[in-house]
Amino acid sequence: MAKTLFDKVWDSHVVRRIKNGPDVLFIDRHMIHEVTSPVAFLGLKNRRVSVLYPERTFATADHNTPTKNQHLPVTDPESKNQLEALEKNANEYGISYWGLGHKKNGIVHVVGPEYGITQPGATIVCGDSHTSTHGAFGAIAFGIGTSEVEMVLATQCIMQPKPKKMRITIDGKLNNGVTPKDIALFIISKLTTSGATGYFVEYHGKVFRELSMEGRMTVCNLSIEMGARGGMIAPDCKTFEYIKNREFTPKGDDLLKTKKYWDTLYTDKGAKFDKEFFFKGSEIDPMITFGTNPGMGISITKSIPKAKDVDNGKLTYIKSLDYMGYKEGESMIGKPIDYVFIGSCTNGRIEDFRAFASIVSGRKRSKNVTAWLVPGSHKVMEAIKNEGLLEIFKDAEFELREPGCSACLAMNDDKIPPGKYAVSTSNRNFEGRQGPGARTLLASPLVAAAAAITGKITDPRSLI
Amino acid sequence: MSYDSFKVLKSSAVPLPIENVDTDQIIPARFLKATERKGFGDNLFRDWRFNQDNSIKNDFVLNNPTYSGSILVGGNNFGSGSSREHAAWAIYDYGFRCVVSSFFADIFKNNCLNIGVLPVEVSQSFLNNIFEAIYNDAKTELKIDLPKQLISICDSKNSEKFEINSYKKENMINGYDDIDYLYSMKSDIKEFESKSPL
Repeated sequence: MAKTLFDKVWDSHVVRRIKNGPDVLFIDRHMIHEVTSPVAFLGLKNRRVSVLYPERTFATADHNTPTKNQHLPVTDPESKNQLEALEKNANEYGISYWGLGHKKNGIVHVVGPEYGITQPGATIVCGDSHTSTHGAFGAIAFGIGTSEVEMVLATQCIMQPKPKKMRITIDGKLNNGVTPKDIALFIISKLTTSGATGYFVEYHGKVFRELSMEGRMTVCNLSIEMGARGGMIAPDCKTFEYIKNREFTPKGDDLLKTKKYWDTLYTDKGAKFDKEFFFKGSEIDPMITFGTNPGMGISITKSIPKAKDVDNGKLTYIKSLDYMGYKEGESMIGKPIDYVFIGSCTNGRIEDFRAFASIVSGRKRSKNVTAWLVPGSHKVMEAIKNEGLLEIFKDAEFELREPGCSACLAMNDDKIPPGKYAVSTSNRNFEGRQGPGARTLLASPLVAAAAAITGKITDPRSLI
Repeated sequence: MSYDSFKVLKSSAVPLPIENVDTDQIIPARFLKATERKGFGDNLFRDWRFNQDNSIKNDFVLNNPTYSGSILVGGNNFGSGSSREHAAWAIYDYGFRCVVSSFFADIFKNNCLNIGVLPVEVSQSFLNNIFEAIYNDAKTELKIDLPKQLISICDSKNSEKFEINSYKKENMINGYDDIDYLYSMKSDIKEFESKSPL
């Protein structure tokens, strides 16, 4: 029978099928960080069990780390305690640990691919919903809760009902100034934040095939924002080129053996999906969000939709606009902004900083804008320096910080003050996400750069 | 490690008719710094319950003594966003044992089931009936009968069946968790691992 890529990877990882229940799914790679793992390790201790395959788990500190002066001791006692707990647990159980200051440190979903931990056809989980990022390599990757982190540590398995299958196909050509972030925000605006709940998404079509691996990661990263468990793209020569010779990718005879499995990773002709969506690349413009969930996005040139045109939840819609200090029918272009954040597991890779640099190069940061440029990893930071982007940023009066999740979820000191507007390349614009009372506008690195230069929402195409 | 078993729950309920309640509202990220699972209930819906100077927001339902009970009734698409189990812990720690909505985000639903909070998914019209009944009389009780998979608005004829897979249902009724099950099949897992291509 014709199978989808998702079917092939999922079915080959089922250790046991429970009748009228979940599948017992074997997990190839497990990533952990300081925030969602400590209680899982406590659970292991309480049960007096150990980590079954420590070599399949990788630890990095990212959510709760400072992005300045990482060489100094962490000052916040709670954050310090959490970071120490991760290091202690990793050491105790023999798990590789890339802590603060380590040259391989960075955001878990940025370093996984960088070091070849992320591989096609693998099952990958992490106590973080944006684990969907790794689907860019044709992996089944998704976020799990702490109880499940404990399950994976103890047994390398979790119990999951198999999600339904959705295919999103986008063919045609993209407009100028449209980035992978815009593609994702466009899809979420069409499907809503719950439109793919219960599904695992496969992205098909020319638009996705032509994206770089970084771009595919941005798209898959945001799959969770439409409720999907994850999203994936079939591996191709770009994928294999990217993973070649990375630290944890198989080499020599192992590579030949693994490649046999990898070569089966595509959706068979005639395979059936439970739900399908088709869009054209030309429908997509640079996007921006105006509300308090990632589904509330529009083309940057459009006006904020009227409440009467919203299908469900009118009261929630009005509450959301009220929080943002916006009115229905207003245009987004020209609205003043206070902060710009470029970074996160969504847009913290080298390609994102290149895009940002392409607009700020030869220009100056608006004096009204505070900008935080936070690379996704040390490797990204090194590339920014080596490619000469750091000079461009300095000339344009931007400062580069050290790697971490930073203002995406504002667990550290990088908080947007109450009432202020931030154009952010991150993934969530929920109330208070970037700090209590903060107002987030999600956008691409190009839109963020245009806002940082002009101090207001600006169509980046006018600056390209 | 087992958790409280869940069979039948009869309680008044707290109405929260807001859609897309996300995990950042349930528990903001700045309260995720603990290394133990305790005290999360204090910060449940922190920024909706308290002003930034920590004074109480009187208009939020958890600060309204009229409404109480161990069932939280939320709007459509409850629990979207992050995978933080802390959101489910905060709901449990505050004293809720059941969340009712017309639609739940996936990971949140799983997390609830894994710690013994029952997510009950009902039709939009039944959800509206529940809100109506509670707003008519705040003392209205709901009865959640897990063995029968039935939710009823007490003192009315209004009830609805709800879905839960039989494995999870058994776990909830007996207070078992998944690790007990997985641990019992360790030799199968080891054999599987030895043949894994990755």
